[in-house]
Amino acid sequence: MNNSTLPQAFQSITCPACGLLCDDIHLARDTTDNLAVTQNGCQKSITFFGRPALSSSAKINGKPASLDEAITRAAQLLSASKQPLFAGLGTDVNGMRSVMRLADKSGAVLDHMNSNGFMRNIQVIQNSGWQVTTLTEVRNRVDLLVIIGSDVVSILPRFFERVVWNKESMFGQDTGKREVVYLGGRDLDTNPGISPDGRKPQVLPCDSAHLPEVVATLRALVSGKKLYATEVAGITISDLQNLAERLAKAQYSVVAWAPPALNFAHAELTVQNITELVKTLNKTTRSSGLPLGGSDGDMSANQVCTWISGYPLRTSYARTYPEHDPYHFSTERLLNSGEADTLLWVSSFNPERTPPATKIPTIVLGHSAMTFEQVPEVFIPIATPGVDYSGIMFRMDNVVSLPVEQLRTNDLPTLSAVMSAIEEACTC
Amino acid sequence: MLTKLTGGKVYDPANKIDGQIRDIYIRDGRIVERPLEHEPVNQEYNLSGKIVMAGAIDMHTHIGGGKVNIARMLLPEDHRGDPVAHTELCRAGCGHVAPSTLTTGYRYAEMGYTAGFEPAVLPINARQAHLEMGDTPIIDKGGYAMLGSDDLLLRMMAAKRDQNAINDYVAWTMHASQAMGIKVVNAGGISAFKFNQRFLDLDEQNSHYQVTPREVLNTLSRAVYELGVPHPLHVHGNNLGVPGNVETTLNTMAGVEGYPIHLTHIQFHSYGTEGDRKFSSGAARIAEAINQRKNVSADVGQILFGQTVTASGDNMSQFRNAHLGSPHKWVCMDIECDAGCGVVPFKYKDQNFVNALQWAIGLEIFLLVDDPWRIFLTTDHPNGAPFTSYPHLIKLLMDKTFRNDVFSRISPDAQAMSTLASIDREYSLYEIAIMTRAGAAKLVGLHDRGHLGAGAGADITVYTDQPDREAMFAKPDYVFKDGELVVKDGQVVKVTWGATHTVKPEFDRGIEKEIKKYFDAYHTVNMEHVKVTDQHIADDGRGRVQVHECKGRREKTTA
Repeated sequence: MNNSTLPQAFQSITCPACGLLCDDIHLARDTTDNLAVTQNGCQKSITFFGRPALSSSAKINGKPASLDEAITRAAQLLSASKQPLFAGLGTDVNGMRSVMRLADKSGAVLDHMNSNGFMRNIQVIQNSGWQVTTLTEVRNRVDLLVIIGSDVVSILPRFFERVVWNKESMFGQDTGKREVVYLGGRDLDTNPGISPDGRKPQVLPCDSAHLPEVVATLRALVSGKKLYATEVAGITISDLQNLAERLAKAQYSVVAWAPPALNFAHAELTVQNITELVKTLNKTTRSSGLPLGGSDGDMSANQVCTWISGYPLRTSYARTYPEHDPYHFSTERLLNSGEADTLLWVSSFNPERTPPATKIPTIVLGHSAMTFEQVPEVFIPIATPGVDYSGIMFRMDNVVSLPVEQLRTNDLPTLSAVMSAIEEACTC
Repeated sequence: MLTKLTGGKVYDPANKIDGQIRDIYIRDGRIVERPLEHEPVNQEYNLSGKIVMAGAIDMHTHIGGGKVNIARMLLPEDHRGDPVAHTELCRAGCGHVAPSTLTTGYRYAEMGYTAGFEPAVLPINARQAHLEMGDTPIIDKGGYAMLGSDDLLLRMMAAKRDQNAINDYVAWTMHASQAMGIKVVNAGGISAFKFNQRFLDLDEQNSHYQVTPREVLNTLSRAVYELGVPHPLHVHGNNLGVPGNVETTLNTMAGVEGYPIHLTHIQFHSYGTEGDRKFSSGAARIAEAINQRKNVSADVGQILFGQTVTASGDNMSQFRNAHLGSPHKWVCMDIECDAGCGVVPFKYKDQNFVNALQWAIGLEIFLLVDDPWRIFLTTDHPNGAPFTSYPHLIKLLMDKTFRNDVFSRISPDAQAMSTLASIDREYSLYEIAIMTRAGAAKLVGLHDRGHLGAGAGADITVYTDQPDREAMFAKPDYVFKDGELVVKDGQVVKVTWGATHTVKPEFDRGIEKEIKKYFDAYHTVNMEHVKVTDQHIADDGRGRVQVHECKGRREKTTA
């Protein structure tokens, strides 16, 4: 392998470490192929690019094996499987295309490691739809940002830097005067919401478990309903009334939520209250929802699954045609019920996203630095998109796709190459 | 390898062949002249008694890009009714209103279509449109890049930048988006909606830029013309769906100073305000205007009764009409200070006065426009109906008895407002071949498609002549794509990957400095990352990029 064709320093590189896909990263590569972020980094990108370049071999039951042997073993397991489950799915567009091909051939169910969160959004789309926006619109238009139950930055570290406290904006807005409100959650890091001139955001805290009634109350107030209660979950109605009035007066409010932070039963109903209050606001002014997510390739996997099968994730090819069900085809349910008998787990960005504990045979196509508490039947270390090879990924807003670049050369195969080889060897 | 198609009845309007018996020879994917006597024919198809046309071209169909995928996500209940299992040859998927990409490709080919053009490629989302089309097998594809509500164009117009700078920006966008044309959607209106304007008529100013839709249309139609882009500016008018919008549409035709324009899904823009319900047909006036103005072409955007989904860049109109949708769920998005989208499911009903009259208006336009080279067969898939209903639509055009029979069953109030039953015209096979082949190829700028002359790509469809035109056009006997037999008896027999058609007009690269500075200041992505490369399109062995000629006309105008 020859690295001499790749430069030692990179500019304007896209970072796949979170859903923002910041594409302004500067990096340096040393003689041993280790990368370091030199400009515009955040904790996530520094960790992501800083993982050493490990060459690691495939393993069968924890013992080193050749790539061919591992592929043959994986193909045997899938050929013998009555109901394979392809989960994790941390990959780029071409990786996901290869997953779709093998899933169709082998009758697999498809689910992403982040589905518990973003399925809440999908359920809302399928029930009532929504009105949402994208990052450049936020950057140039937002005058009131309401964040529900999240600090944003633990998911998307550079969110405020990139789209809230940006200096220039298209329409002459004084971005320093933007208003930020954190509604719900406890002990959040709200410092990034402080404006450049030191103005603090409004914080209306409550336990996350109480977000359903707080958000429902806000929606009622936005809809002009009169309430007899004086407080809800420790937040006064007058504070919420005031927020409702500011939303009505704002020219372009943005209401953001992070599905993983809404971690209670039927959180989709709370998401729906957010998206429906946004629709109500749009009767007289402009407002948009903004779902926050997009890590580990979840948007990419979902987009590709949707155009190739006609359905979003949690789709099954078991009956030779695709079927979609956000409840039945969850990884958790298929493993707990015993319906899935072989698990193929894909995680090419993050060695820490290992498969869930299970007794069924497991094939892991994972980051080369991955280690396991429970040794899988087959482990094939694969290349990471945006480090080891070039690919395409979708950003958190589900609209913008960006090229991610190869930054070093090594022997790790791409997911697509491994899946194609398994497909060849499969008798399913 | 030489293939001979022997003795078919050929309809090839580009070469003025109207139902004559001809032999066609194919070598290496192209149609060739009759070879020398001694040259061996490797394969021969006896087409005696069969109808032969070039492969059909859908010049306006939403088959790729974010809004289509949103439509897929939105409507699992619709797709559940049309599961498509995998076969030895074809992969699984699903059909109906927003089919999976794979099923889209197979079904187009099975209907004898060999190319489809996605009309709403947002430059910022162009890569996704190409990725989806890249997973659409067999057919060729391409797209029109959307401009007209993007901040940079409106900003340049507000600053009174000269036409040359705007032409450079338009050309840059076409390169970056790998586009075949430029489309404008509700000119300036998608932007105006973001500033909380709810309507934007032709001479009304966008409140921020003080620019009117008429100025946008003039600027862009001139740019497209001067750059030599073969496809005229593709115009989705202002005030879609609004009763009385026939005036806006007529003014739009009159207002572009004679530059060529194509008015898309014109049915949705041909409504008057007469009658008790203040909703009437403007078809006669629209058809008359098209007949008179040779710089204008249109596709119809016919609605057909049943469930569908509307997917459009025009989120101002989609938001306005969302409450009419069924099932009642919809998605509207503002996108990157570049564009927008709105996805609203609709169920058109024959007993609903408005829907029934929309149906009649579309057919009136088809039948009252004289020149089939300037009117095109579309349902604006999936907005008026899914593309799989084309054979039914062809029968409505070719069979007056059938048409009047359907007409007699629609809402009686709508019947009373339509002249449809009094129109005797029936489209001929030759006219259908113009609309769906020769005319479409000419309009899009495909020099080697849509005809059967020597040198053309061997995209050929063979039908059995049947009195029931719906049955005939639904199931061709043979479809050849680039000379390969891909469909037999209406079933895919070989899966290939078609080309992506683009144009690359000449421009002054100096404009990139300005665009880069603009992206750095205001956007969330680097300008370089907006560009769709050939690799992004042809990766993974899917197809190739075919660049068509653009003859610049810059010297004919001054700044």
